Amino acid sequence: MEATFAAIVAAAAPLVFASVGETLSERAGVVNLSLDGTILLAAMTGFAAASTSGSVTLGFLAAAAVGAVIAGIVGVSSIRLGLNQIAVGFVLTLLAAELSSFLGGPFVRVPGEAVPAWPLPGLSQVPWVGPILFDHNASVYASYVVAVGAWWWLYRTRPGLELQAVGERPEAAHARGIAVNRLRMGYTLVGGALVGIAGAAFSLDVKFGWSEGHTTNFGWIALAIVIFGGWDPVRAALGCWLFGALQVLALELQPVLPGVAQILPIIPFPLMILTLVVVNRPWFRAVSDRRPGLRWLLRNDPPAGLGQRFVPS
Amino acid sequence: MGTVGRTVGPVVVALAMLVGLLVLADAPPLEAMRLLVSGSLGSGTKIADTLVVWVPLAMAAASLAVTFTAGLWNIGVEGQIIAGGIGAAWASRTVGGPAVVVLVAAVLAGVLAGAAWGVLTGVLKTRGGVNEIFAGVGLNFAATGLAIYLIIGPWARPGVASTSGTELFREAAWLPTLAGYRIAPIALVLAVVAVVGVWGLLRGTRFGLRLRAVGANPVAAARLGVAVERTTLSAFAIGGGLAGLAGAMQVNGLHHKLVPAISGGYGFLGILLVLLAAYKVLPAATLAVFFAAVGVGASQLELRLDLDSALAGVFTSLLVLLVLLGRGLAESFRGRRAVGPSPLEDVT
Repeated sequence: MEATFAAIVAAAAPLVFASVGETLSERAGVVNLSLDGTILLAAMTGFAAASTSGSVTLGFLAAAAVGAVIAGIVGVSSIRLGLNQIAVGFVLTLLAAELSSFLGGPFVRVPGEAVPAWPLPGLSQVPWVGPILFDHNASVYASYVVAVGAWWWLYRTRPGLELQAVGERPEAAHARGIAVNRLRMGYTLVGGALVGIAGAAFSLDVKFGWSEGHTTNFGWIALAIVIFGGWDPVRAALGCWLFGALQVLALELQPVLPGVAQILPIIPFPLMILTLVVVNRPWFRAVSDRRPGLRWLLRNDPPAGLGQRFVPS
Repeated sequence: MGTVGRTVGPVVVALAMLVGLLVLADAPPLEAMRLLVSGSLGSGTKIADTLVVWVPLAMAAASLAVTFTAGLWNIGVEGQIIAGGIGAAWASRTVGGPAVVVLVAAVLAGVLAGAAWGVLTGVLKTRGGVNEIFAGVGLNFAATGLAIYLIIGPWARPGVASTSGTELFREAAWLPTLAGYRIAPIALVLAVVAVVGVWGLLRGTRFGLRLRAVGANPVAAARLGVAVERTTLSAFAIGGGLAGLAGAMQVNGLHHKLVPAISGGYGFLGILLVLLAAYKVLPAATLAVFFAAVGVGASQLELRLDLDSALAGVFTSLLVLLVLLGRGLAESFRGRRAVGPSPLEDVT
């Protein structure tokens, strides 16, 4: 039982990086649709960098750089050039995926460096919680820190308040002297770097190694989880754990019910669509408005300025 | 920029870029270009192979021209192609009788299944409040899942649980091909009809006008008395139907069975084409010849020069990115803003 929960937490780690990164970028108002391609290219680059240099840290840095560069293209073309974010993000999805196949040839199924195990001394001895949460490696622990840290930054700090403002009401933020487009660009880059780290967390840890299409579809799943999580970092992380549970379940069902195991990976999408349909019903809105305690869990409104260009007048 | 400029301009950029990529990949550019041309257009067989790829690309482009004109990001086109393939495969397996009956039933079933998949995306958008991009991605996954389920489950070959495909249909369900070639003339004719039909629909009918009004500004269109929801759903039905037609052509004209990768990414390539052609169907269908030739020719590069055939994909997507960025730069130099259809109004 503990081993199963530990497997879920580990399997979810890369998705936590990706969906928290995308949450930050979308909270600032920028949709980076390129996740599926970015994660592939970053996974390939991270693995290649780590296996040629012998340093896992360098692998993560290279992957983060790839993510930031791709996000930077989305940012510049939408913020500076006024191009459609979805169009540019979509093209980058395909381009990055094809590049990962084209450039990754020499690294297909070769041995390389992996993130070393690191049970946290003391904490990993705590009964039940220890083996589940604290008997992993630095990449998994970082996924907790990123999710909780992003939540704290967003809701408990002044810069976080500014981030919310540029995503919700850019004109008002601008009137208060906040550099809307500079902040948007910054959070797009940070979010992209986190998406890149997700790639390395796959190829250097959870799904070790590289082969063509190694992480295909995980980017789309991360995008779905951002919505499922209502643009909240901690809810997104919970969504990732839920998906991790489905993955582990699929693995365990594989020998018994091969048909069901094939279908489970697509479950996040029907689940996301169902969630959206339900939360958009008037009766549901009435319920969640009447119970403020539940609002955090049930609210599901996108940032009001999402996908819209802001031109300071 | 006229139709000619929209078509020729990108191709020139593309050729320059292709040479650059080949130099980067340490391949002799002239030899590679020669292989690319001879591998896609060098003989009757090669031309036929290029046309085999052109058919679904042109149909996807026609489908997407309709939905983009209505301001819809139909990323679900991929799933609609798969749904069409599943519908066509169902009819091919169940309908008996002479070839004409079976083939008409298969094409109709494909078109209907694609249209149903499209309308589902539309209903989720207009009634469920789910943005068409995410509904589309979700339904793409669902269609792939359904195809795999059918192939390893109810439609599995007797005794074999393999994802390589169902059993071949009986020959009455095969679209006739030219002797010695893989291209089915009927598929070619249907693709031309689809492209020209959509061009006429968007250009010369009241419905086309309504689509454009909804695409430009749904709120204003509603005030002017356009039934926005009905127009949106019609766009999804037509777009989905054309995508379903592409799926039926893949199933009955090419594979003669249901395979998991029935679309093979043609829907996504179609999106690239339509973005490249600035949402116009005729330039998109013309550029599709070029995309098809590059895709078919790239297999020669892999065979002869040991270049990964992903080169074709790198090339087409890089081309579209650069053309988009170029347009953005040109617009911003001219001091105008907002290129292409309006950005997302609601991402939910």
